[in-house]
Amino acid sequence: MRRAYFKFSWIAAVLLAPQLMIIFVFFYWPSAQALYWAFTLEQPWGGGNTWVGFENFANVLSDPYYWGSVRVSVIYAVATTILAMGMALILALFADRQLAGYRAYRIGLIWPYAVAAPAVGLSFQFVFNPGAGIFSYLNTLSPGVWDPSVYPWQAIASIVIAGAWKQVAYSFIFFLAALQAIPRSLSEAAVMDGARPLRRMIDLQLPLLTPTFFFLLVINITDSFTDSFGIVDTLTGGGPFRSTDLMVYKIYTDGFQSLDYSGAAAQSIILMLLVMALTFVQFRYIERRVHYT
Amino acid sequence: MAKISMRDVRKSYGKDQVVHGVNLEIANGEFIVVLGPSGCGKSTLLRMIAGLETITAGQIAIGDTVVNDLEPRERGCAMVFQNYALYPHMTVAENIGYALKVAGTPKAERMARIAAVAASVGLGDFLDRRPGQLSGGQRQRVAMARAIIREPRVFLFDEPLSNLDAKLRVQMRHEIRRIHNRIAATSVFVTHDQQEGMTLADRLVVMNKGVIEQVGTPSEIYDQPASTYVGGFIGSPAMNFLSGQVDRATHSVRLASGDRIDVSPAIAARNHGKLVQIGVRPEAMTMVPAGQGTLNATFEFVEELGAGRLYHMMFEDLTLTVLAGDRQTLAAGAPVGLHIPASAVHLFDADTGKRVEAAPLAVVEQVPA
Repeated sequence: MRRAYFKFSWIAAVLLAPQLMIIFVFFYWPSAQALYWAFTLEQPWGGGNTWVGFENFANVLSDPYYWGSVRVSVIYAVATTILAMGMALILALFADRQLAGYRAYRIGLIWPYAVAAPAVGLSFQFVFNPGAGIFSYLNTLSPGVWDPSVYPWQAIASIVIAGAWKQVAYSFIFFLAALQAIPRSLSEAAVMDGARPLRRMIDLQLPLLTPTFFFLLVINITDSFTDSFGIVDTLTGGGPFRSTDLMVYKIYTDGFQSLDYSGAAAQSIILMLLVMALTFVQFRYIERRVHYT
Repeated sequence: MAKISMRDVRKSYGKDQVVHGVNLEIANGEFIVVLGPSGCGKSTLLRMIAGLETITAGQIAIGDTVVNDLEPRERGCAMVFQNYALYPHMTVAENIGYALKVAGTPKAERMARIAAVAASVGLGDFLDRRPGQLSGGQRQRVAMARAIIREPRVFLFDEPLSNLDAKLRVQMRHEIRRIHNRIAATSVFVTHDQQEGMTLADRLVVMNKGVIEQVGTPSEIYDQPASTYVGGFIGSPAMNFLSGQVDRATHSVRLASGDRIDVSPAIAARNHGKLVQIGVRPEAMTMVPAGQGTLNATFEFVEELGAGRLYHMMFEDLTLTVLAGDRQTLAAGAPVGLHIPASAVHLFDADTGKRVEAAPLAVVEQVPA
């Protein structure tokens, strides 16, 4: 492990200051504020607050809607991560094999990452629209069979597909980079040992991708818990029947629509702890199986 | 075990041809070393035999089978790579046994063979280690074992010793030769290190710029280099070269300086008036008192080699080197005579660089009728 040590200098401090300011203003300050609000009862239109201890948390945790939200968030996170990483891996494996036109695919596959979540949600509105979208074809076969604004599972599937579509690009870049970092001579050695392409993928490429796989797992899980607001807001608005009311979305509706700042703050703290706990679990139990070479 | 025959084998990348029509017959069980500078096409040639590169034109046969269109796994070749190319996530045993695993060999047999092969290269105690935990020499052995276990018909080595330190390189060289003798597979070994080539090869193939310059036993190549390129490339310290013109009357080559170097009457008679390059090996010249030798040179400095000394001289504007066993003390700038016997002179055509023989080559390499 290489480490560099630097002496404190004023130049360094000045150069770091803008970045530190941004982190402070947009992360530490709001987080601290949320933490404070979570333990107080905040009045909707300002004008003081009262210390209530853990009462906000107790209210949130005894709310069946909240547990529904946790449940669908977990489903969304797991499904999106599996779908996004699986697709990204398959696409990267083929892009790496340099099949015809791989250069065009490579660029095309990176674009979705640059599209903002609400734009993704809006585009998928058209895809999933029961009257006019691509999926509306299902309704010509059997009228009323497809409508995400009616059937909860279809709504969940919609946000999962849209979310995964957006995340594929990110994972794809990392998988492709990792695949291209595998020395050519390793594949050639396996060729000489008689392994065919599929065998080489399973025995050689996938094991050597494990560090990347692990990194992407952490990033994707975290992302799907915290960064799904845009898609839910534009695509389903949390419905039907709260079936796509993900934790981040619920924080927004409770806080800014129902003006329950304290409850929303408590939920934010819980979400933060949950993501931290998940990351910890992944490092603790999954990283062991990772070969760093 | 198999012979390898290559007929007019060519390789191009786009418009760039890197191997220009190689013809080579390798006998069953032979140890061939392909020697050449980097970029001469030697690795490409090896990879074409292995099947890792396609053959642009020509034909390669292993045994009696033309392998041009066969997949690498169907050719029966095993290869040792320059950087070893060990699978970093597998243990030594898994690395060695991977080919067997792919081939579906039952586990018990696989384990037994891994143990036997590992023991034969001195890796018996390291079977559970990962490549990252091994030294360079041990990794080299794993790469060897991985090739041996397949019992290949042909062994291919792509500069396998270039990543080792000098001492280990010599040791592994001996080991490779021992393994070759034991297994008796046909071996093709690519290197840019002439010492490796000279010591390992049954026959040497000297390549330059995608063309074979000469094929022969190491001693043939050393004693009768076919071109100035081979003469200059093989042998360390390198051959000395002088330019001149053949004169029949005096059986000699006249240099620009007016000095004459004797050559055999037969050569002189056949090549009168030809512009030539004279090649003389440093150990074939002797130093004599000034004025008594073939040439007069000026002493510059000496390099101690332990077993002998390398004396550097200036002759006209050329540097000449003499390798001698005795230790003389000379002052810089001292005049020295150089004795060059006619038997030590190699003659090369100044235009083509080809060796000039006393008789046409066809007669020298007379085939019994």
